[in-house]
Amino acid sequence: MSAPNQRTRQARDKINWIWEWANPVKFMWFSGLVLPWLIGATVLVMGAGLVWGFFFTPEAVNFGSSVKIIYVHVPSAFMAISAWFMMVVASVIWLIRRHHVSALAAKAAAPVGTVFTLIALVTGALWGQPMWGTWWAWDPRLTSFLILFLFYLGYMALWAAIENPDTAADLTAVLAVVGSVFAILSRYAVNFWNQGLHQGASLSLDAEENVADVYWLPLVVAMGGFMLFFVTMIFIRTRAEIRLRRVHALELRERMADA
Amino acid sequence: MLELGKYSGAILGSWGITLGLLGFLVVLTWVQARSAKRKHDEIEARRKAGEGTK
Repeated sequence: MSAPNQRTRQARDKINWIWEWANPVKFMWFSGLVLPWLIGATVLVMGAGLVWGFFFTPEAVNFGSSVKIIYVHVPSAFMAISAWFMMVVASVIWLIRRHHVSALAAKAAAPVGTVFTLIALVTGALWGQPMWGTWWAWDPRLTSFLILFLFYLGYMALWAAIENPDTAADLTAVLAVVGSVFAILSRYAVNFWNQGLHQGASLSLDAEENVADVYWLPLVVAMGGFMLFFVTMIFIRTRAEIRLRRVHALELRERMADA
Repeated sequence: MLELGKYSGAILGSWGITLGLLGFLVVLTWVQARSAKRKHDEIEARRKAGEGTK
């Protein structure tokens, strides 16, 4: 074998170990192993972030005690967008590589993302009323978030409406890719447009734009907790989806044997 | 005792709804996961029993 071919093959082998984890048996083994640790870490980190944010942070000069809403609003909004991006990545892997675990992981993430989006919308409205004097405004970020919520509902409805699981995975994958436009808009709307009621990002890579450390630190811990919560939910829900897929396949086999 | 002042309604409402929705998601996920495992175990047991009689 020529040297360039050998190098290409070695490079491919290096990448291929990733796809081994898309094997349902391997995923079930690995997720079963890490789930107890994940659940423990979620309870610990999420609990610490929320208790710290609620009980041990001072009032803000501009927002008063209402600043305590950021500890549930910001992590939910962040995870609502992140969940959609995770679904897009999993959907693209399904479209290209046809790994069932990735399609099922995308399906498993949708209800979790929907709940995060709903929390972000409701807590935003509850915060907006005393701050802006209105529950809702057709502000770029609020509107793009509402559209993202509708995309989540549409995504789940599409999975439920199509009987053939592979066709459902194909069509929902396309929907996920199309919906990523609104996920990006939801994330960057405050940067694209300066008009609207929603303030700028609470967390930024630019330290000067961040909220003060006394709020920032518990917020980062709460966000870590929400991320762990998301991963835990995805693992549990994907495991359930894999089992249901296996049940479906075995039922079909039984019916064919009976016929 | 924590003093939330004039924003207490908004704060407690936000936290209550958040924890309620997350709790609902956890219970729903747990129920669905248990149901999937039960169905899976039943059909696998049936399959193994069928293979044993052949």
